[in-house]
Amino acid sequence: MAEVILKTERLTKKYGRLIAVDRLNLEIAEGEVFGLLGPNGAGKTTTILMLLGLTEPSSGKATIYGRDCTRDPIGVKRIVGYLPDNVAFYNDMTGRENMRFIGEMNGIYGKAAEERIDMLLHRVGLQDVADKKVRAYSRGMRQRLGIADVLMKDPKVVILDEPTLGIDPEGVHELLVLIRELSEKDRRTVLISSHQLYQVQQICSRVGIFVSGRLVACGNIDSLREATREKDSVEIEYLARPDNAELEQMIRAIPGVDGVERERGLYVVRARQDVRDALVAATAEKGYSLRHLRRLGGDLDDIYRRYFEKGGAQ
Amino acid sequence: MELTAKQDLPVISDREAKRNGFRALYYKEVRDYFRSLKFIIVLVLVAVLGLTGVYGAFNGIQDAIGSSNSASYTLLSLFTEQGASWPSFVWFLMFLGPLVGMALGFDAINGERSRRTLSRLLAQPIHRDAVINGKFWAGVTVLAIMVFALGFFVIGFGIAALGLVPTLEQLLRIVIFLFFTVVYMALFLALAQLFSLLFRHMATSALMGIAVWLFLAIFLSLLAGVIANVLFPLPETTTAANLPNAINNYRCSQFIKRLSPSTLYSEAVVTVLNPNVRTLDLVSLSLQQQSSIMLITELPLGQSLLLVWPHLTGLIALAMVCFGVSYVVFMRQEIRAD
Repeated sequence: MAEVILKTERLTKKYGRLIAVDRLNLEIAEGEVFGLLGPNGAGKTTTILMLLGLTEPSSGKATIYGRDCTRDPIGVKRIVGYLPDNVAFYNDMTGRENMRFIGEMNGIYGKAAEERIDMLLHRVGLQDVADKKVRAYSRGMRQRLGIADVLMKDPKVVILDEPTLGIDPEGVHELLVLIRELSEKDRRTVLISSHQLYQVQQICSRVGIFVSGRLVACGNIDSLREATREKDSVEIEYLARPDNAELEQMIRAIPGVDGVERERGLYVVRARQDVRDALVAATAEKGYSLRHLRRLGGDLDDIYRRYFEKGGAQ
Repeated sequence: MELTAKQDLPVISDREAKRNGFRALYYKEVRDYFRSLKFIIVLVLVAVLGLTGVYGAFNGIQDAIGSSNSASYTLLSLFTEQGASWPSFVWFLMFLGPLVGMALGFDAINGERSRRTLSRLLAQPIHRDAVINGKFWAGVTVLAIMVFALGFFVIGFGIAALGLVPTLEQLLRIVIFLFFTVVYMALFLALAQLFSLLFRHMATSALMGIAVWLFLAIFLSLLAGVIANVLFPLPETTTAANLPNAINNYRCSQFIKRLSPSTLYSEAVVTVLNPNVRTLDLVSLSLQQQSSIMLITELPLGQSLLLVWPHLTGLIALAMVCFGVSYVVFMRQEIRAD
């Protein structure tokens, strides 16, 4: 595994009696795309603000490339690009002017700045509207301008807060492609916060699931899937034709099957282990034709829901 | 087109990074002011009302020219002289100054907040005070340009229309007066910025600004008289026996009035613009009464400045207090947009 470049140690933020972030320990390696997932109000944005030194942690510490996020926020912000949720620009300035301003703030002037703006706007596909006022941009365009804006300072780490919120599916796809490029082509480390697991899981190498200020699970999607599986119990959706009474008896006869139920026109088979191979073999042997076979519980939505339930119950 | 973004960006020190933040914000704010309707309205308001004041003075001076006391008029009179029923240029600046400062600053920070641009701004490698400083000094620059342009316009008008040519000392006095005006307005700019930090809504901070303006410009001086009369009741006629009471009454009301930057400003600029003002205390009253029998010589510039030095210090100190509080408030504030 690559070098760990972002690290939090027992990072905690309290607002009065409310604990927004509770002893968060997080390690993100260089070049990773890490998804910070959780429902609204789970403490994702608070965590990000602490990483940028915009909010002071109540206790614990965070470092990015060895720079202390609380003590050296300037040093951190020079290497970290941050796209806030609902990012907004100066509406009465053009996209190019907005980026020029951010460039100046990072010490990029003149020809170098203009070239960089052109290159970045081209990259996010906004070259044609570069000189239009941001007021006229659609939400998806603003979000893409946000990506270009974040890249202006050539950050080593890019933090995106709810980047896909309120964008149409096509826009989301374009945006995700862009974000993936940040990691794959530029070798930047990316941290995405989102409550839409489906949208970001396709580009995340690892995700952390965050509920009520706690990180309840962390790892790649497959390991989460494995971890959420209920031990000693597998559920399989199954259907074959012709759908007659002998079919159900056939299923029950398979070793390891504990029960069969009908749900929405399908059989739900509960077994002690994964009996899919045995089911398929039996189906073929008895002359049935297989119509549907799916193992339940490995689904991302199930993972997500299960963790939220777990997190809420604790 | 090469898609990878890694480029050789200039390697800069942290100190440079901080300076960059201030500079970028400063230039942007100055540009924004000149393009904003808000600034144009303020500029037109001050210019039109101020110049009507000058015109009133001009008429008075023109009438007096040729008569015996015309020598007592100089270019400085254009700024301080009142028309027949119309206040002077200085009065307008005194009255409108707070409004100008407030108008330029009331939405400084909460404007960024409500436009949701604050978090984007603060995600850049800058300190939070760079935001306050950048915006403040941009405002001061714009104020200075406005005030000096107006002042020099009046000088030019005086020279052309009245043939009054200023001496070097008079020119210096005018420049000092304009400087005072900028400081005075900048004080209210700092106060407005503080309001923009304290109040999340722009309308609230604008209303607070107007309330403070009316209180300081109008009600405080009314209140000063009332409080002084309660503490030191004035008898019908002043006799030797109750003279100390009368003096205390005057001093008390003067003290309260001087809590207002408007009083500080108007006392200071009248002193600077009128070399005949020798003191700002009680004695000035008796001097005025005896002026017919006393030979009054004009104060040199240095002496006038000595008189108003406390006023300048007071104005700047008030602005610093606003600044100090702003820093503390801003450092502790949450950046979250909601």
